[in-house]
Amino acid sequence: MPQPKVNDFVIKFANVNGSGSASANQLFAKSILRMGVPVSPRNIFPSNIHGLPTWYEVRVSEAGYLGARGGVDLMVAMNPQTWDRDVLGIEPGGYLLYDSTKSLPPSKFREDINVIGVPLTGIGTREYSDPRQRQLFRNIIYIGALSALLAIDMAEIEKLIREQFSGKDSLIAPNIQALHLGHAYATENFECPIDLQVRRGDGVGDKIFIEGNEAAALGCVYGGATVAAWYPITPSSSLAEAFELHCRNYRSDRKTGKNRFAVIQAEDELASIGMVIGAGWNGARAFTCTSGPGISLMQEFIGLAYFAEIPAVIFDVQRGGPSTGMPTRTQQSDVLSCAYASHGDTKHVLLFPEDPHECFEFASSAFDFAERLQTPVFVLSDLDIAMNDRLCEPFVWDDSRAYDRGKLVSHDELEAGAEFGRYLDVDGDGVAYRTYPGTHPTRGSFFTRGTSKDRYARYSEAGPDYQDNMQRLLRSRPRDPSCQNRWFRKHASRRNWG
Amino acid sequence: MTYIAKPKLRHPRLATNKFGFTHRDYEGAVSTLCAGCGHDSISAAIIQSCFELNLPPHRIAKLSGIGCSSKTPTYFLGSSHGFNSVHGRMPSVLTGANLANRDLIYLGISGDGDSASIGLGQFAHSVRRGVNMVYVVENNGVYGLTKGQFSATSDRGSKSKKGAANLDAAVDMVMLAMELGATYVARGFSGDKSQLVPLIKGAIVHRGAAFIDCISPCIAFNNHSGSTKGFDYVREHNEAVNRLDVMLPREPITAEYEPGEVEEVAQHDGSVLRLRKLAEEYGVHDRIAAMNYLQNSKAAGEIVTGVLHVDPEADDLHDNLNTLNAPFNKLTEKELCPGSAALEKFNASRR
Repeated sequence: MPQPKVNDFVIKFANVNGSGSASANQLFAKSILRMGVPVSPRNIFPSNIHGLPTWYEVRVSEAGYLGARGGVDLMVAMNPQTWDRDVLGIEPGGYLLYDSTKSLPPSKFREDINVIGVPLTGIGTREYSDPRQRQLFRNIIYIGALSALLAIDMAEIEKLIREQFSGKDSLIAPNIQALHLGHAYATENFECPIDLQVRRGDGVGDKIFIEGNEAAALGCVYGGATVAAWYPITPSSSLAEAFELHCRNYRSDRKTGKNRFAVIQAEDELASIGMVIGAGWNGARAFTCTSGPGISLMQEFIGLAYFAEIPAVIFDVQRGGPSTGMPTRTQQSDVLSCAYASHGDTKHVLLFPEDPHECFEFASSAFDFAERLQTPVFVLSDLDIAMNDRLCEPFVWDDSRAYDRGKLVSHDELEAGAEFGRYLDVDGDGVAYRTYPGTHPTRGSFFTRGTSKDRYARYSEAGPDYQDNMQRLLRSRPRDPSCQNRWFRKHASRRNWG
Repeated sequence: MTYIAKPKLRHPRLATNKFGFTHRDYEGAVSTLCAGCGHDSISAAIIQSCFELNLPPHRIAKLSGIGCSSKTPTYFLGSSHGFNSVHGRMPSVLTGANLANRDLIYLGISGDGDSASIGLGQFAHSVRRGVNMVYVVENNGVYGLTKGQFSATSDRGSKSKKGAANLDAAVDMVMLAMELGATYVARGFSGDKSQLVPLIKGAIVHRGAAFIDCISPCIAFNNHSGSTKGFDYVREHNEAVNRLDVMLPREPITAEYEPGEVEEVAQHDGSVLRLRKLAEEYGVHDRIAAMNYLQNSKAAGEIVTGVLHVDPEADDLHDNLNTLNAPFNKLTEKELCPGSAALEKFNASRR
C-alpha cells in the first residue's frame, strides 16, 4: 500500500473545446484554493471555438510550485479523440476517471493504473431532459465525484457555486444537485478518498487568483490610461476586453453616464499603434495590446514614436512564433524584435512581469516611464501568465501616488517667457520638454516629424543635427540594469526590481 | 536647404480678424514645393479659411502622412502644433489625437498616394468611425516626390508625362467617402480659391467626418495633355453643383438669394451652411441620389465640384463612445484612479 499523495499531485482534464468544461474545471481549482492549498492551473487549448481537444491541467502544490511538473496522477478523460494518448500519459499507479456509460474494450485501458468509471452521460440523461443541460451538468457531476475521491470539502464547492451564480439564483440549486449526484455515485461505488488527497492547509493566505491579462488591464485603469486601441489577436485580446469591462465599472460617471475612457477596436495593428501615438502626442495615456504578428506590423510606427519621442505603452502578450506560429501556445518569442523594434538605431524600454501581480504593477508604472522618457515602453508577458489563473500576491495601491506626467511646459511658463525648443536638452539627461497641442496661442507650438530635425523640431538633413539628436536619444535611455538615467534608477529601485 | 522662416515684419495696416490675428498669423514657413504647385493654393485657402473663421491658431492641430501634400502643413498655421506622421497613417494618428482632446480642430492633410494607395484602409476606417476632422486629399493623380509614377486616383487611359498610359481603374475618394458614411463631402479645385475657401470653412464648422477631395494639379509631372488632373483639363470639365457660403453664428445674413435656390444646413456650433444651387436636380442631403448623380456625371466625363453631401444630423466618434465632454488629457488621478479601497475590494473578489 503506497503512501497517499497529499496536496502534491497533478490532475488533468481532457475535454472537447466548447463543451462548457472551462468553468467547471475552474470551480475545481478554486475549491482546492479555498482549502488553503496552492494550485497552478494551465489551459492547453487549440486555435478553435468548437470541437477540437482542449486540456486543463491543475498542479496541486502545497509548496506553491507554479511550473508544469510533467506527468499526470489523475486523468479525467472526457474526450474520445485524445483517449489513447491521454491514457498513455498517466503515471504508473495513477488514476483514470472516465465516462463509463458505454463499456470500452479492455484494450483501451492499462494494467498499471487505477480505473474509475462514472456513468456521467447516463446520470445526466436520467436526471435532465434539455440536451445542453445534459452536457453542462455532466461536467459538474465529475467535479462532484472528484470531491469525494480527493476529499475536497463539498461545502467549499457549494459556496463557490453560490458566489458564481449570485444574481442568477435559479441556477444554484440544479448545479448543487448535479454536484451531489457525482459525489454520491463515487461514495457508493469506490473507496473514498483515493491515494490522492487534498487536506486543509495555510499556503494561500491573502493571495489572489487571477489571469495576467486581467491584472494588466486593471493596472492600466489604475495607471490612468484613457485611450486603448487594439486589434483582436490571441493571446492579448482578453487584456483589451478586460480593460473595457473595468472601465465600465470604474470610469463611467455615475451622474452623467459619460465615459472617462475610449476603447477602439482598430482595423489592424498599424492603426492601433497609430492611435496610441496620436493620443500620447496629445497628452492622453494610451496603450495597445498585441502579440508577435502585431509587433511585426507595428515596427514602422514604433520607430516614429522613438524618434519623435512620443509616449506609448505596448503590451506584447507573446505566443509561439515566427509567423502565425502557435497562436494558442506560450513562448517568449519577441524579446529581440521588441528591444530593437523599427529600422535604424533604436533601443527600447522593456518590462518583464513574472506573474499577474507584476502585470498589474508594471502596467500601472509603464505609463509613468513612457511619459518620463517620452518613448514607447513595452510590457512583455506571455500566454502562460496572461491566460491562466495564477496565485499571486494581492494588488496594492498607495493613494498618495501621483502620476509622473514627465517634462511639460505649461501655458503660464510659456507666457512668462520660458525658452522652448522641443528637442533642447535643458536638463542634460537627454529628455527634452514638450508641450501639448493647444497650450498657448502664440508660443510653444512645434512640428512633430519622423524625419531628422534640429533642436527646435525643424526639418534638418545636416549631419551635426542628426548626430546631436541620436546622441541625446542614447543619453535618455536607461542603458543597463545599473540604469544611467537617474530618474529611472530611482524609480526602478523604489519598486524593488533588484 | 533645411527650413526657411518668413520675416516677422508686417505691414502696419494689415487687416486683423475678430480676435486680432492677421493673415500672417496663420501662415507657416516658405513653401519648398515647386513654383506653381496646386498644393500651395490649398495652403493659401486653408490660411484664409482659418483667418475668416476667427480661429485661434493654437486650437488647430494639423496632421499629415508622407508625400508632397503631407509636407504642406509646414507652410500654413505656423503657430499650430503639427504632426508629419508615417506614410498613409495620418488617419489613425489623428483619431488618437482626437480621442485625447476633443476640444481642438483636427486638420488632416493627405494626398492621393497617401490616402488612396498605402493609406486606403486608414482613410476608410477613420471616415466610417465618424472622427470629427477635416480630411483634405490634395489629389494630383501622381507621385510627385518620387518623380512621376501614377497614383491610384489616375484615370484609366490617362497618360504620364512620358506618354505611358495608365491601365488601372481609378479610386474615387468622393464615392468612397459617401459610401463609408462621411457626413460632409466636397470636391474642390486648387485653381478655384473662391470655391475652395468656403468648402474648407464648411468642413471646419461641421462636426463629424468631413472629407474634401481637392484636385490639385502637379505642375512638374501631371499637367500635360493626356493628363486628367492638369489645370486645363480640370477647368474644361469642372461642373460645380452649388456655391457655398458659411455663415458664422450670429453673423447677419447679407447675401440675397432668390427663394427656392438656397438650402441651409445648421451646424452644431450655430454656423449655417448656405448652399446656392447651380445644378437644379442636385440635393446634398439625399446621399443615394447624390451618388447616382455623381456616377452619371463621371461617366459623362465631368468633374463634379462643390458640397456633394451634408448630413444635417451628423454625429461623431465621441458621441458614439459617449465620452466625457472634457478633454482626456486634462484628467487627473482623482478622475482616473479608483484608489486603494476599490482595489482591496477587487482583491477580495479574487480569493
